[in-house]
Amino acid sequence: MHKLTVPISDEDIRGLHAGDTVSISGVIVTGRDAAHKFMIEHFIRSEEVAVDEMELHEELKRLLNGSVIYHCGPVVKQDEAGNWSFVAAGPTTSIREEVYQPEVIKHFNLKGVMGKGGMEAGTLKACGEQPAVYLHAIGGAASLIAQSVKEVLAVYKMDFGVPEAFWVIRVEDFPAVVTMDSHGVSLHTTVAAASAKKLEALLA
Amino acid sequence: MDYTELDLTDSFVELIRRAATILPDDMRQALGKAKGNEKAGSSAEGALDTILLNVNIAEKNSTPICQDTGTPIFEVSYPVGVSTRMLADQIRAAAAIATKHSYLRPNAVDIMTDKNSGNNNGEDFPTMHFHEWDNDSIHVDLLLKGGGCENVSTQYKLPNGRLHAGRDLEGVRRAVLDAVNQAQGRGCGPAVLGVAVGGDRGSGYIKSKLQLFRKLEDTNPDETLAALEDRLYEETNQLGIGPMGFGGETTVLGVKIGVQHRLPASYFVSVAYMCWANRRASMDVALSGETMEANYA
Repeated sequence: MHKLTVPISDEDIRGLHAGDTVSISGVIVTGRDAAHKFMIEHFIRSEEVAVDEMELHEELKRLLNGSVIYHCGPVVKQDEAGNWSFVAAGPTTSIREEVYQPEVIKHFNLKGVMGKGGMEAGTLKACGEQPAVYLHAIGGAASLIAQSVKEVLAVYKMDFGVPEAFWVIRVEDFPAVVTMDSHGVSLHTTVAAASAKKLEALLA
Repeated sequence: MDYTELDLTDSFVELIRRAATILPDDMRQALGKAKGNEKAGSSAEGALDTILLNVNIAEKNSTPICQDTGTPIFEVSYPVGVSTRMLADQIRAAAAIATKHSYLRPNAVDIMTDKNSGNNNGEDFPTMHFHEWDNDSIHVDLLLKGGGCENVSTQYKLPNGRLHAGRDLEGVRRAVLDAVNQAQGRGCGPAVLGVAVGGDRGSGYIKSKLQLFRKLEDTNPDETLAALEDRLYEETNQLGIGPMGFGGETTVLGVKIGVQHRLPASYFVSVAYMCWANRRASMDVALSGETMEANYA
């Protein structure tokens, strides 16, 4: 078990290999489909950042630098004083962000992308260059994971809806498995190759 | 009894709560058994361990097992005289209340505006099917079908050249094995597979989902289909995809197959891939007695 604390160092990342179990502590940010599309269109590929989006851009740059973006659309609760908490917060399927992820990793200096199901060649390459890793949380383990979310610090873009907003959260001992490392190894590729071979034998 | 005064809204809320927060016993047992079959210290064993822990926490705290509380699918059997329009309104009201209690995540997004309705109400949302029957009671089955596994559900049109799958049960076998291989870990396995053979593209997908209401220990009354279910269970687990796609012994926890008549021109195999969080719950409301108490299972 590797314990990672945000900001995560390059040395820590290089020391991780596909199959390693990790636990993460520190401030991370959720972002999924709408968030990735937004970051690409408004921050990364746009000529300039609109005046009313500058503050958010700077805040995300500060928060994500050396941190982890978490593909997650949580179930949340708000108390009478207006404070949010996470009720259920498992990962969502990451592959939908593949077209955006390499640019997001580079732009924000991410050290980790967390979700489920794994990603493909573009993200694997970006993980090698940055360096960064892909972290696989346990899909569906939402109530357990919510317990490692100690505090909701902020929420941005609530107009995207609760699942799609950027939630800034402080986590402690958040459990995950490294399935894509910074050395070009993807557990997903290995498993898929083995199962394809087995399928071929079953269909022979 | 005056059926027009029937109000099951609170019972529907409780049914939703149970489905979202309590994993059925058969699923829990199968996951526990699966954990014992994985190599000690492997990521597969770790994943199952986390899943089982999570299931206990969710039930204890009455919080969703998975944050994707999915499409709520209601299958309602009712006697003559009960208004299904009234029941539908009560189901929609219950979905909104359950969302407020955080049993459900706001999960209905408008296609035209891209806005989340915020209360799990929307066009054709939740999904409901009503079936009239002879009993003097109402029976409701509820399935919460998550989006991740729905995205890897699939439909084959046989014959399929790539798979050398013809229009027979061997062709069905080939299609199902391919579907599991294609899904890899993206559908949050270990999975339960609901398979429908025949029908049209619409009815086939519905029938495949209905198979997911069957308990894991349920044996197909048709011997040939029962044998195919057993064989596919064995063979899908030989693929080695494992829990979450981490590699391992447990890829599938159950295979359930239903059949429908087909057009001479068509031969569809519809595969409903269900994640390990196979959230189903049911309730019965007797309408003949003095009180109308709902019993849950």
